[in-house]
Amino acid sequence: MSALSGLLRKEVYHILRDRRTLTVLVLLPVVQVILFGYSIRTDVSDVRLAIVDPAPDATTLALRDRFTASGVFRIVAVLRSERELDALFRTDTAQVAIEFEPGFAERVARGETARLLVIGDATEPNSGTARQSYVTAVVQQYESEQAGHRGGIRILPEARARFNPTRASANLFVPGLMALVLMIISALMTALSLTREKETGTLEALLVSPLRPWQIIVGKVAPYLVIGFVSVLLVLLEARLVFHVPIRGSVTLLLAEGVLFILVALALGILISARTSSQRVAMMTAMLATMLPTQILSGFVFPLESMPMPLQWLANLVPAKWFVLIARGIMLKGVGITYLWQETLVLVVMALVLMTAASRSFSARLQ
Amino acid sequence: MTLRGPSFAFLRRTTVLARAEVLHVVRDRATLAQIVMLPIIQLLVLSNATTFTIRETPVWVVDRDQSTESRGLVDRLGASGYFRIEGASMSGEPANEAMLRGDATLVLTIPTDFARDITRTGSAPVHFDVNAEKGAAAGVVQSYASQIVAAYARELEMERRPRQSLVRDVPSGMQAPTTTGGHIEAVARSWYNPALNYKHFMVPGILVALVSMIGTLVTAQNIAREKEMGTIEQLNVTPITRAEFIAAKLLPFWVLALLDLALGLAVGHLVFGVPIRGSLLLLFASAGVYLVVALGIGLFISTMVETQQQAMFVTFFLLMIYLLMGGLFTPIDSMPRWVQLLSELNPIRHFATIMRRILMKGAGLDDIARPLGILALYATLILTVAIRRYRKQTA
Amino acid sequence: MTALAIEVRELTRVFGGFTAVDHISFDVAQGEVFGFLGANGAGKTTAIRMLTGLLQPSSGGAVVAGHDVVRETEMVKSRIGYMSQRFALYDDLTVRENAQLYGGLYGLRPAAIDVRLRGMLGRLGLERAERSIVGSLPLGWKQKLAFVVALLPEPSVVFLDEPTGGVDPITRRQFWEMIYEAAHRGTTVLVTTHYMDEAEYCDRISIMVDGRIAVMGEPATLKREAGVATIDDLFVRLARPATTGTT
Repeated sequence: MSALSGLLRKEVYHILRDRRTLTVLVLLPVVQVILFGYSIRTDVSDVRLAIVDPAPDATTLALRDRFTASGVFRIVAVLRSERELDALFRTDTAQVAIEFEPGFAERVARGETARLLVIGDATEPNSGTARQSYVTAVVQQYESEQAGHRGGIRILPEARARFNPTRASANLFVPGLMALVLMIISALMTALSLTREKETGTLEALLVSPLRPWQIIVGKVAPYLVIGFVSVLLVLLEARLVFHVPIRGSVTLLLAEGVLFILVALALGILISARTSSQRVAMMTAMLATMLPTQILSGFVFPLESMPMPLQWLANLVPAKWFVLIARGIMLKGVGITYLWQETLVLVVMALVLMTAASRSFSARLQ
Repeated sequence: MTLRGPSFAFLRRTTVLARAEVLHVVRDRATLAQIVMLPIIQLLVLSNATTFTIRETPVWVVDRDQSTESRGLVDRLGASGYFRIEGASMSGEPANEAMLRGDATLVLTIPTDFARDITRTGSAPVHFDVNAEKGAAAGVVQSYASQIVAAYARELEMERRPRQSLVRDVPSGMQAPTTTGGHIEAVARSWYNPALNYKHFMVPGILVALVSMIGTLVTAQNIAREKEMGTIEQLNVTPITRAEFIAAKLLPFWVLALLDLALGLAVGHLVFGVPIRGSLLLLFASAGVYLVVALGIGLFISTMVETQQQAMFVTFFLLMIYLLMGGLFTPIDSMPRWVQLLSELNPIRHFATIMRRILMKGAGLDDIARPLGILALYATLILTVAIRRYRKQTA
Repeated sequence: MTALAIEVRELTRVFGGFTAVDHISFDVAQGEVFGFLGANGAGKTTAIRMLTGLLQPSSGGAVVAGHDVVRETEMVKSRIGYMSQRFALYDDLTVRENAQLYGGLYGLRPAAIDVRLRGMLGRLGLERAERSIVGSLPLGWKQKLAFVVALLPEPSVVFLDEPTGGVDPITRRQFWEMIYEAAHRGTTVLVTTHYMDEAEYCDRISIMVDGRIAVMGEPATLKREAGVATIDDLFVRLARPATTGTT
């Protein structure tokens, strides 16, 4: 056992000495929490509104005032014709515009329909649509009040957000971020570490030593397991303190599932290292096979339901997808294993399959 | 002696080293894969995956009224194309369950007195419970729902108008409402992306990310590898100057990145239909300026690390910050003010802005003058700093 | 009197608390083959780094090929050749491509490079190697080819840092013949090595111990004065007190 502890000690020294990598590993999750928290939003505020009002009258002015008073919009220009609008959009000076048709108030008074164009910059479709909706909402509210005055029908929607009362995006991505961090540390670092030993030839020296293969793997991999665990705890802590992300369910269950996921990632890392011979190739493979899918196909940033079917199927192969489901369930909905046993089973199966493949590849190398 | 004069010597030394660099790249399958294959795969997968498009949202209906009016509303919702009625019940419990399971994103609760309130007072509330787990989508979903509700209110009003005008008193001073009633109709127009195709937004962003990856990551890795292997010493001992060395190192990747951009753009246009409404020349000129910044950053990183692994990690870390805060996948306008201010320092943000303006809005030079100017400034800055830091000496 | 190719005065280099090179002084005449000997870690590589302009001295100075290494570093570089211990040629390029690179960096025209390269390869019987990828060649060939490429720009001084590491004795012998030939043609060669038997091949040698030059002179003279049969014996005698503190 002392041989193993010697190996462990050496690994720890390695890690501690490489300050730059260590800094990145520790800072990465911390920074990511902040970044994701503040960047992944599509809430709309301070909307830059341009008004095209060729023939201002009482109604158009009344509506214009509504927009100013709404607190959501900021009028950046008032134009006479639509022609100048393109230039405003091209420089992103305006994000949405309203164009009144001439004779607005007249038409309303005569009982006809007065049209108003809501022109959105749909370069980013959701913001574009959201802004248009907000404009329409202001118009509708005005309409509603007028309708109330003249005895029309009003249906008043009262909305309530469930599971995420503050609508903070942090709740959404923290599970995915945990998966990503664990993937990086367990899969990527392990792969790099083992491949580096291969490259420098020291792996052969290890194999020749009295250490058994499983001891070598444990010795190389255990430090990263610990780092991974610590990282995840840091992420959870930070998410809690900065963004008040809840953990409504059982923390023990969450950590247990975390360990399960770590095993899957570790097996992946070992598998990759068994198949590659240089650090650069290992890095690339790891990025392609672990990090990219975790970021893109796990549903943690981009909603899976929005993707084309083939990609949704592909996502089922991504361990992170299942972990994100589990973590979200535990943290945000407070559900327990009864709801999550299927997803857990998937992870267990993945772990077994990958570990078998990894150990087989590893011993094949020994021959 | 065969030197022809200082200026030609500069050109020759740079060319000679640059040619060797190109040979290195061409002969190294791993780097080639990194530069050619990876971007293509990423482009194809990412373009399809990175979308926030909202498809049919599942709705659970709790209709406590079960009147003609309430059913009319539910029908309206279902027929809109945005929503799919997942289930219905008289009580809230099944709705809760559905939300918990993730089967429903929206729960519409119509209270018991819905129809009666409408007939008597002309106004009635309905309740939406939105699964805010969906984040951004939740807001838009709610917005759609509200619009449908408002449209339905109008519909009801139209139906009742003829009867009501007979029943209601007309207050003096106000014009008598006519059969249809003066009504303001808001018509939505979506410019630049009428089909609301998310790919048109994402693909330029993905291209920026890919090109940055090549520019920064490969450069940093490249020089770090030379340091790690000791080959850099052999170059440091020759008469080559710092500027020549840097030019020779950066030039091949500058060209490669531009080629990759062209390739990616072609794929984006032909496969995903991303429009090219502006001048390609302007686009590539801007890309050229941006790449100097990206490469300069890679160079700078390489002066700070000793091994390839460190180069990869530091670059990846930095790139990730830049990419997330650069408005590539989520619009900068949605971020808090302080983040928006910080993003001015982010070259990726400016390049992405330029790309999108040129491609989707047909912007010209004066439309992109500001971001382009900022990029040019950064280019000069980073190059100066990186060259100063790089010394032809060990320790 | 022939001009001095290398003049070293009180050259010193300190790393933190450790003095790697401790006030060394010596001269090397033009056309000389000077052996810079010492055990691993004695400071040889650090000294060479300073003489080739790769490292700044902490104090002291040197003049190499007529230029001051501190104040005219780039001029020095244009006059010297260098073969480093860790690396010779780029493994993924051909010999010719390597030659075109280094020759070009020193200002040679492509045609001239080809002519010189072929001439040198021919003299060594290595013509076939011209278009071969360096990585595919045996180690002994690589060392020799690295030397060829280092000599391409016809530098006046050439620094070789452990050039014969890891090759068989026959190849080592051939390498030294190449060194002699270069010296005959007027190139000054400063070579570091920890193979003490190679000392016999040099015109003069110095032995570094713990950063200082312990002895310097012609091999035969030194052996006679110390009463030993080989330079190796001389070295062992010098090195032992330094490591164990006893005589």
